[in-house]
Amino acid sequence: MNTLFFIAGTMAAVSAGIAIFQRNAIHALLYLIVSFIGLGLVFFLLGAPFAAVLEVIIYAGAIMVLFVFVVMMLNVKGMWYEEKGIFRIGAFIGPALLALVLVIEVFYVLWSTPAGTYPLTMVGPKKVSISLFGPYALAVELASMALLAGLVGAYHLAHRIGSAAGKEEDGHE
Amino acid sequence: MLEMLWLIPAFPFLGFAFLILAGARLPQRLKALIGAGTVAASAVAATIVAVRFIASPPEGSVYVERLWNWMHTGNFNPAVALYLDPLSVVMVLVVTWVGFLILLYSTYFMAGDDGFGRFFAYMDLFVGFMLILVLADNFLLLYLGWEGVGLCSYLLIGFWYKEEENVRAALKAFIVTRIGDAALAVGLFLIYYNLDTLNIQEAAAHAPEEWLIGSLAANAAAALLLGGALGKSAQLPLQTWLPDAMAGPTPTSALIHAATMVTAGVYLIARCHTFFVIAPAVQTAVAITGAFTLLVAGSSALVQRDIKRILAYSTISQVGYMFLALGVGAWAASVFHFMTHAFFKALLFLCAGLVIKALDNEHDIFNMGGMKRKLPFVFWTFLIGSASLSAVPFVTGGFFSKDLILFQTWIYPLGGLHLFIAGLIGSFLTSIYSFRILFIVFYGEAGQEVERVKSRAATTSLTALTILSIVGGYIEIPRPLGNVTIFSDFLKPVLPEASPAITGTGTFIIFLVVSIICSLGGIYAAYILFIIKRNQVESLATGVPGNVLHRFLFTGWGFDLIYDVLIVRPFVYLTRLNRGDIFDLFYRAIEFFCGAVYGFVRTTQTGNVRWYAAAVAFGAVVFIGFVMFL
Amino acid sequence: MNDAEALNYGMALAGLIFAIGLTGVLMRRNLIFILLSMEIMLNATGFAFIVAGAKWASADGQVMFILILAVAAAEVAIGLALLLRFHGMHKTLDTGRAAQMKG
Repeated sequence: MNTLFFIAGTMAAVSAGIAIFQRNAIHALLYLIVSFIGLGLVFFLLGAPFAAVLEVIIYAGAIMVLFVFVVMMLNVKGMWYEEKGIFRIGAFIGPALLALVLVIEVFYVLWSTPAGTYPLTMVGPKKVSISLFGPYALAVELASMALLAGLVGAYHLAHRIGSAAGKEEDGHE
Repeated sequence: MLEMLWLIPAFPFLGFAFLILAGARLPQRLKALIGAGTVAASAVAATIVAVRFIASPPEGSVYVERLWNWMHTGNFNPAVALYLDPLSVVMVLVVTWVGFLILLYSTYFMAGDDGFGRFFAYMDLFVGFMLILVLADNFLLLYLGWEGVGLCSYLLIGFWYKEEENVRAALKAFIVTRIGDAALAVGLFLIYYNLDTLNIQEAAAHAPEEWLIGSLAANAAAALLLGGALGKSAQLPLQTWLPDAMAGPTPTSALIHAATMVTAGVYLIARCHTFFVIAPAVQTAVAITGAFTLLVAGSSALVQRDIKRILAYSTISQVGYMFLALGVGAWAASVFHFMTHAFFKALLFLCAGLVIKALDNEHDIFNMGGMKRKLPFVFWTFLIGSASLSAVPFVTGGFFSKDLILFQTWIYPLGGLHLFIAGLIGSFLTSIYSFRILFIVFYGEAGQEVERVKSRAATTSLTALTILSIVGGYIEIPRPLGNVTIFSDFLKPVLPEASPAITGTGTFIIFLVVSIICSLGGIYAAYILFIIKRNQVESLATGVPGNVLHRFLFTGWGFDLIYDVLIVRPFVYLTRLNRGDIFDLFYRAIEFFCGAVYGFVRTTQTGNVRWYAAAVAFGAVVFIGFVMFL
Repeated sequence: MNDAEALNYGMALAGLIFAIGLTGVLMRRNLIFILLSMEIMLNATGFAFIVAGAKWASADGQVMFILILAVAAAEVAIGLALLLRFHGMHKTLDTGRAAQMKG
C-alpha cells in the first residue's frame, strides 16, 4: 500500500508541476487529468472511495471537459500567443520561492508535532451520504445555490459573447 | 365627563395630522372646516369639561388624567398626564375659544392664500401644543408644549417664507426665545436634581420643605424659571423678537403673539408661584421687570407707524402688567388680565387685519385714514377693543382686570407706591397709543378705495370677541363697586390671595379716581395730539430733540442696536477671525492622514491580477509563519 | 511507515500540490493557465480535507471535499465565462491587458 501511495502521490505532484509549465493548453489539461487520477488513487488509499470516484468523475471528467470546450471555442490561430520569457528563471524564481516557503512551513508544522498512531478505516459512501443529508443539509442547499448562481452567471456572461463577439471572430477569419 | 379631558388636545392634533398628510388634495372649504372644526370641537369639549368641573368640583379641585407612562428609567418616570385645576380650566377655555374664533376669522382672512392648508395645520398644531402646555402634569410635558408652541411660532412668523425679511424675523424669534428656553431647561434640571421629581405639584410641595426662603437654590430655580418666562413672554430684556414677529399672518399675531403663547410665561410663573414665594428677591425682580417692560414698550408704541407693531408693543406692555401683578403676588389678578387681554387684543389684531386686508396689505397707519365711514363695523369693534385696552371705566373688561392689578400693586406688601406709579404711567401711555391708532386710522380724510368686509365668519368672530371684551370683566368686580368675586374664588384653590398691607374703602376711592384720570386723560391727550393739533405734533417730531427721541422710541429704546453691538457684532467678529476654523484643523489632519494613506495604498492597485494573488499568498505565508513561531 | 506517517505524507503532498498551483497562478499570464492552476489549488485543499477526515475516520472530510467540489465547479463555470468575455474584448488571454483597471 505504501508503494502504491508514494507512486500515486508522486505522479500527481509531478504531473501537476508539468501541467503549469506547458505552452499548449490541451497538453496542460492532459497532464492535469493524470494528476487528478493520481490524487483519486491516493484518496482511495486513504479510505475515501466516494471522494476518489468523485475526483475522477467530476474533476478529471466534468470540469476538465469544460476547459476543453473553452479551449476549443477559442481555437483561433495565434491564440497561443507567446508568454515571452515566461519560462526563464527570472520570471519563475519569485513565485517558486514564495511557494517554497509555504511548503516548508507546511512541512515544518507537520513534522514538528508528534504523530500519534491512527488506524486507517474505510469511510464509505453510505456514511458520507448520511452525513451530507443529515447535519450538512443546509450546506448542501447553499452549495446548490452556489451552483445555480454559477450556472446563471456563466450563462449571462457568456451569452452575448457567443452571439456578438463570436460574429466578430468570424469576421476576422 | 371629566374623562374626556384628553380629547381637548387630541382634536387639534388630529386636525393637524389630517391637514398635513392629506391636506394638499382637499378643497379649501374642507380644509377650513377641518382646521377650524377641530378647534371648535376642542372648545366644545373644553366647555363641557369646564362646566362639569365647576358644577361638581372633584376632590381638592384637581383632576388628573394619567394617559400613559412616558418613560421609565430608575427614579425618573414622568407620565403623560393631564392636570386639570381651576387655573388650567381658565387657560384651556381661553385658548380653545379664542383659538376657535381666530381660526373662524382666518377662514375669511387667509382665503385664497397658497398656504391655506398649511396655515390651518400649523394653527391646529399650535393650539394642540398650547393645550399640552397648560394641561401638563409635569415639567417635562410642559416643556414639550413650551417648545412645541415655540416651533409653531417660528413656522407661522416665517409663514410667507419667500420673503427674506419674514424668515429673518422667524429666526430672530426662535433664537431669542431659545435663550429663555435654555434657562428654563436648566431650571428644570435644577429642580429635578434637588427635588428628585418633575411632577409640578410634588415639586411645588417639596420646594418649601427642601429650600430655605431666599436660599441660593431657591433663588436660582426661580430665576431660571423667570428666564424662560421672559423669553416666551417677550419681557425685558428678551422682548426684541415680538415686534418683528408681526411678519406672520395677522391671525397668527392675534392668537400666538398676543392672546396665548406670549402669556405662557405668565402661566408658568402662576403655576410655579410656590417657587417664587420662597425666593422673594426673584419675585421682586419679576415685578420690576414687568414695570420696566410696560414703560419701555408703552413708550415705544407711541411712535410706531406699523399698526401691527403698535399692537405688538402694546402686547409686550400688557404682558408687563401681568408680570407686575405676578411680582407683587396678585396671582389671580394676573390670570384675570391674561383672560381679558386675550379677548381685546385678539379683537384689536383681527380688526387691524381687516383694515390691512381692505387696504391691500397697507401697514402704515399714516397711509390709512377715514376708515370710520368705509369700515363702520370694524370701527366700532376696534373702538371697543381700544376702550378695553385703555381701561375705560365701568364698561370694559380691561378696566376691571387692569385696575385690579394696579390696585393690588399698591396695597400688597410686595408692591408699593413706585410700582403703582409706573403702572399708572403705563396706563396713561396705553390710552394714548391705543387711541392714536383709532384717531389716525379711522378719522381724518379717506385715502384710497377699500373693499368692504363681506364675510359672516369674520364678523361673527369679531362680534363674539367684542362681547367677550366687554362682559369678560364682569366676573370680578371690586368690593366697593359691586363685589363680584367669581373669578378669584374659582382660582382660590390654586392661587392664594395675599392679605393687603393697606386696607380701607377710602384708599380704593382715591385709587379709582387716579386710575380713571390716567385712563381717560390718556384718551383726551390722544384726542388733542392726533386730532386737534396733529400738524403741530408732526412738526415736533421733525425738530432735533424730538427727532432723536422719536428715533429712540421708534427702535424700541434701541435694544436691537445694543444687542447688535454687544453680542451680534462681537460674535460675527469672532467667527470672522475663526474663518479658517482652528477647531477643524484636527479633523483636517485626520482627513490629510487618510488621504496620504490612500495615496500610498492606491499604488498597490496595479490592476495586475498576479500581483494581487501574490499579495494574498505572501500574506498567507506571513500569517502562517506568525502563528507557527509565536 | 505506519498509517500515521502516511497521513503526514498525505498532508505534505496536499501542501506541495497547493504550492505548485500557487506557483502557476503567480507565474502564468495566460488566463486559462491561471484558472487551471486555481483548480489545482482547490483540489489540493480538498485533498487536505480528505486527509484530515481519514485521520479522524469521519465522513466530514469527504463532505467538505464535496462542497469544495461544488464551489470549484461554480467557480470554473463563471471563470471560463469571464475568460470568454475577456477574450471577446481584448482578443487575447493575457491578464496584463486587464491592468487598465488599476486604481
